[in-house]
Amino acid sequence: MSVPAPRGLRGAAFLFGLLALIPILAVTVAALFGDFDTVRKLADTVLWRYTWTTLVLVILVAAGSAIIGTGTAWLVTMTEFRGRKWLEIALALPFAFPAYVLAYAYTDVLDHPGVVQTTLREITGWGPRDYWFPEIRSLGGAALMLTLVLYPYVYLLARAAFLQQSATSYLAARSLGRTAWGAFMTTSLPLARPAIVGGVLLAVMETIADFGTVSFFAVQTFATGIYRSWISFADRGAAAQLALCLLAFALFIALLERIQRGRARQENSARRQEVLSRVQLTGGNARWAGIACMVPVLLGFVLPVIILASMAMRSEQNLFSVRYLLFLQNSLTFASAAAVVTVIGAVLIAVSHRMAPSRLTSLTGHVARVGYAVPGGVIAVGLMVPFAALDNAIDAFAEARFGLDTGLLFTGSIWLLVAAYTIRFLAAALNGYEAGLTQLPRNLDNAARTLGARPASLLGRLYIPALLPFLGTSLLIVFVDVMKELPATLIMRPFNMDTLAIQAHRLAADERLEGAAVPSLVLVGIGLLPVILLCRSMGRRRS
Amino acid sequence: MKTTTCLSAALAFMMIAENAAAQEVNLYSSRHYDTDERLYSDFTELTGIRVNRIEAGGDALLARMQAEGANSPADVLLTVDTSRLARAKAAGLLQSIDSDVLEARVPESIQDGDNQWFGFSQRARIIFYDKKDVSNPPLDYLSLADPAYQGMVCHRSSSNAYSQTLLSAIIENHGETAAREWADGVVINFAREPQGGDTDQLRALVSGECDISVSNTYYFARALRKGVEGLPAEELGNIGWIFPAQNAEGTHMNLSGGGVAANAPNRENAIKFLEYLASDQAQKYFSGGNDEYPAVPGVGISPSVAQLGLFRPDAVDLSNVAENVPLAQEIFNEVGWY
Repeated sequence: MSVPAPRGLRGAAFLFGLLALIPILAVTVAALFGDFDTVRKLADTVLWRYTWTTLVLVILVAAGSAIIGTGTAWLVTMTEFRGRKWLEIALALPFAFPAYVLAYAYTDVLDHPGVVQTTLREITGWGPRDYWFPEIRSLGGAALMLTLVLYPYVYLLARAAFLQQSATSYLAARSLGRTAWGAFMTTSLPLARPAIVGGVLLAVMETIADFGTVSFFAVQTFATGIYRSWISFADRGAAAQLALCLLAFALFIALLERIQRGRARQENSARRQEVLSRVQLTGGNARWAGIACMVPVLLGFVLPVIILASMAMRSEQNLFSVRYLLFLQNSLTFASAAAVVTVIGAVLIAVSHRMAPSRLTSLTGHVARVGYAVPGGVIAVGLMVPFAALDNAIDAFAEARFGLDTGLLFTGSIWLLVAAYTIRFLAAALNGYEAGLTQLPRNLDNAARTLGARPASLLGRLYIPALLPFLGTSLLIVFVDVMKELPATLIMRPFNMDTLAIQAHRLAADERLEGAAVPSLVLVGIGLLPVILLCRSMGRRRS
Repeated sequence: MKTTTCLSAALAFMMIAENAAAQEVNLYSSRHYDTDERLYSDFTELTGIRVNRIEAGGDALLARMQAEGANSPADVLLTVDTSRLARAKAAGLLQSIDSDVLEARVPESIQDGDNQWFGFSQRARIIFYDKKDVSNPPLDYLSLADPAYQGMVCHRSSSNAYSQTLLSAIIENHGETAAREWADGVVINFAREPQGGDTDQLRALVSGECDISVSNTYYFARALRKGVEGLPAEELGNIGWIFPAQNAEGTHMNLSGGGVAANAPNRENAIKFLEYLASDQAQKYFSGGNDEYPAVPGVGISPSVAQLGLFRPDAVDLSNVAENVPLAQEIFNEVGWY
């Protein structure tokens, strides 16, 4: 028996879905009204390159984050070795890094004039072009940067899944003669698969949407292709047509992700509550486990922090100036406002689907997820064009009717920017919240109804209070994501409201990478606390 | 949702009230130089007019102005290359202004025929080379494609506006066929895949990855003035530079300029701001603060810029160059200059 959702709640959820639909519609309209000359020319030259590069990037990042995320999650949940406790938290830390900042840091030390190659040449006496060295500004480099900041998605979700698993099946497999590896492959891994695939798909969506890293490395992906059509060819229609292709791919990924979560529900339904005692690793095994978990932390967090700190010390940026205080304030304002609004949207969409599932509520959830794979710039333009038109219409009406000059109400306001963030990150918030909602037994809804609770009060008395940790998780993910967001902020922010990410981008664009290290470090520093909280809250679900 | 609307309405009314009270000018700028802060604060000190700013890429700003339409708050559009100014003009985003100050100070050749935009600073895009390895450096842009330089040339990606404008100028000066052959030849001569910024091209000369590269002058002058990472003072002596095409079309210039937005709410202040940019004080700043060439003749240039020497700039019509940008990108795509 499902509980009919109150009309207000359903309406609000629907509004969020509609909001997410606006940029999709705007892009579709622009794509259909453009001519196809540019795209035809692109098809003759670079289109396949864009497609191919994007696919390779997606595959590399998916494989990399799946292996690192799952492997380390398994080690920290199922085994005991020295340093495990702090590694369990540390493994989530790279999530605080925007991939483009990691790119700044590694370029500084790994490119041809960087300290690593310079030292190599000094030691060996090799001439500048006598040797081969992996090029950091490359497809492989971009894949590495993205993997290092995105594997925590898989890690966090896989760890939560391993923690929830019943120990019985793993122990049964072991007692029946399976090796530890065999038992892992035949029982634990299949059980955690939905969570792992969910994490990988999130990483894939972020990869498709990435612009900062690939453009810094001059790697030609679909996202850079969209910008190029827009900027070099001044052909917004062509940019929209490419964006539409990307959207189709995003829809496909979002669909996969949804199907995957559908399965996750079934497979987790029969779980039991035994707590698995960790296997104590000793000697070589313990050392290898420690190293395996240490490497991603070193590469994704410790090393970049050291590099950035040394870059920052060489720069002229004054961290303790009023300007930086304002950057900080703006970053925090945008991130908190967006986190709250996005989570409200996610709760409304998820709850209205739970109370009375229909084709409409399911479609709303689907549309709401697409934004995660859409480059921020596409969402920004797709939102700005219709809202500015609305603003101008309101102004004209107010002028004619009341002689009032309203100006632009939405465009250039923080609200439209928050709306862009919401569209971009709804999927992350939805995933975090629904992870809890699906575990909440249906009987509770029915019991509450039988006891006379009105549908509207279920939200305040059940769906929110019972799932507070999950709400927290969603808030934190969106908060960190918004802090790192660049393209939409760049295009849509109000006057004089630069953020830390903007300042980092600005200094990097002016080729003052050492300077860019300063706001980048602050950005990462702020992100640390939420990431640690996130890691804790997602680790506490063994109940 | 209702509260949101109410709030933003209240906010908007507050903004309207504020508009009436305080003097301000709204800048949409793609100048991304951190040292520009002084430029703006000096203007406020001088005139009492507050400067509000949004900085983003030229095309992002154009898209925003275009979407905002009649009610756009933008007063002034500043860009770092002419092609975006020409695009803004073509899209009807700028307006003609009458300013005796600007007419008197900004040379005819770097302002729009309809007075819709004016150049305020220039940077030359020139050839740098490693003196230790190159004894006969290319003397013009076309020579960069000379087979003699195979495996020696470095340049940045074709998604960069400076690359696009350079090829656009070559199309304008030498025709499409020559331009296509040139781009093809440069790709063959590349020492590495196009990548990095202008400073990276110079650093690669020092580290030895490249022998010949192309960069805007101000990145090199910045290194001369105060040292830049990867470009230590003791190495700068090994970098030679050529102002290309002195016996032909002249050296390719990038123009940073601006104009008054078509629907500027603070039109008077916008003109004042542009006039300020042409003043001695601001012009000196362009040279002293960001190592550019001042647009106004007779304004002293900083020692680091002066050290580069005198040259003859390319006088090609920049509006025509701007129109070639899509073709330039097409050629880049065809020849595999990514």
